[in-house]
Amino acid sequence: MARVLMKGNEAIAEAAIRAGCDAYFGYPITPQTELLEYMSKRMPELGRVFIQGESEVASINMVLGAAAAGKRAMTSSSSPGVSLKQEGISYLAGTELPAVIVNIMRGGPGLGNVQPSQSDYFQATKGGGHGDYFPIVLAPSTVQEAIDLTILAFELADKYRNPAMILGDGSIGQIMEPVELPEVEPKPPPKPWALTGCKDREKNIIRSLYLLAGPLEARNIILQKKYREIEANEQRHTEFMLGGAEIVVIAYGTAGRVAQTGITKARDEGIPAGLFRPLTLYPYPKDALSSVIEQARAFLVLEMSAGQMLEDVELVVQGRVPVEFQGWLGGRVPAPSEVLDRIRDVGEKWG
Amino acid sequence: MPEGKVVFSRPEALEDVPTHYCPGCTHGIVHRLIAEVIDELGIREKTVGIAPVGCSVLAYHYFNFDMSEAAHGRAPAVATGIKRVRPENAVFTYQGDGDLAAIGTAEIVHAANRGENITTIFINNATFGMTGGQMAPTTLPGQVTTSTPTGRDVKLAGYPLKVAELIAETTGAAYVVRRTATQPKYIRSCKKAIKTAFMTQLADLGFSIVEILSTCSTNWGMSPVEALKWLEENMIPYYPLGDYKVIEEVKALK
Repeated sequence: MARVLMKGNEAIAEAAIRAGCDAYFGYPITPQTELLEYMSKRMPELGRVFIQGESEVASINMVLGAAAAGKRAMTSSSSPGVSLKQEGISYLAGTELPAVIVNIMRGGPGLGNVQPSQSDYFQATKGGGHGDYFPIVLAPSTVQEAIDLTILAFELADKYRNPAMILGDGSIGQIMEPVELPEVEPKPPPKPWALTGCKDREKNIIRSLYLLAGPLEARNIILQKKYREIEANEQRHTEFMLGGAEIVVIAYGTAGRVAQTGITKARDEGIPAGLFRPLTLYPYPKDALSSVIEQARAFLVLEMSAGQMLEDVELVVQGRVPVEFQGWLGGRVPAPSEVLDRIRDVGEKWG
Repeated sequence: MPEGKVVFSRPEALEDVPTHYCPGCTHGIVHRLIAEVIDELGIREKTVGIAPVGCSVLAYHYFNFDMSEAAHGRAPAVATGIKRVRPENAVFTYQGDGDLAAIGTAEIVHAANRGENITTIFINNATFGMTGGQMAPTTLPGQVTTSTPTGRDVKLAGYPLKVAELIAETTGAAYVVRRTATQPKYIRSCKKAIKTAFMTQLADLGFSIVEILSTCSTNWGMSPVEALKWLEENMIPYYPLGDYKVIEEVKALK
């Protein structure tokens, strides 16, 4: 397969097209705008739907409409815009509609800046909107992973009739890397629930409204069963130099990528460090992380946030191993030397 | 004996179920008109409706064809998503004035301005019905509601929004009219407008909307008959019935 040089945002767009995305609805916001621009050119060429919506809110609700009609639909944005999409994501979850949402995170809170950040972890992985629900959240650290996880996102969304999110950051969106674009034969499952017109069948209704507590409780129990199934089946992570590692660094996305360089340097110094990098943030790869506890003297969580994934790690660890943390705020990407310094500290403290 | 002839029956597009609407509410009349039009056009099996948030939130229980809910005000965006991926379907939104004229103004204006080939049935009863009679953007000056207890003071709360006039200004709109459903003559005219709106969509001519002045006797604190009278005496002068935009291609529809 030929390797091509692609920017992260454009690679995600092309991956979505290959995954059979029928309709894209978006709104410009830095640092994800190239994704929208790519779609604006390619989707009409392929006879597919592209709309630049009047807002993030409108765009996610257009996604809901296209998904309700049984088509593969997608939107993309960056942090402030994804906040606006939370209404629609809650409705997608409540109506059990598959859709893919891309968040190329930037610094917050508020308008923040357009630098890479990971400070939307809570919003992404804990539901984000109102109600008891979880989107599936996938976290790439390279452009190639962004492609592969985008294709997976469409498959998982359809498999579980659930919104799936690509949680990247400004660095993943903007960086250019050589990638391989796989040929995909999209095989969306049958969607007998979709709104297609009620010819030769009973009418279909897409709704999340259940006015009485009993029926809504029953509905929520069904959703929760699905989330347990997702948690049992879809945990994913990757490892780097984890064999024999006693200082286990846990980081995802761009922070995970920088950590890899820091760990290589630490190993050169004889510090037994290794990386556990989650690919799914919901479901969190609890089982695999739990199995690493025994070999570790300490965990070191690195995030481009004030410590959000840290809470999931602590829930897994439950005091069984010391958990250290280092965060970088406001859109700052750590240098490998900073990671190395922190690994040295933790190595000395728990040596 | 001559054979009997059915002259009146329930439209197939309307379910045989009781509705939750209050006595005297005109939602029921408008539901029936839509169902009759859909039957007459023979499009029930390809129609997709979008229910709003508000009193008609449960419309999908009353219509007998595919339907989706939408978040408050977002029905035109949801309809856009459906129509763009299934242009062969007839897609319409059913929205009240809280839904369309307050929280959903961006969605309705831009759907109209894109010339989105969908139909909107807009119920204007000058109040937020489901939440218990608060001020809507369409509440008349001086009108008492639970959130304008001394009457709508336009200096504080602004002026009633004239939706048909507003939408008629968008280039993409093809058919924009205002009707009411208080008397048989108005109901006949209203049904004709609903039919023209759907025919506009079926002919791929662009966005169509029928604003329908409606009553809310419960929240207005009136008997159904008083409410009909109040509407005619107070709402029609502020919101004149009529055709606000009908493009030539729509006029030519038969």
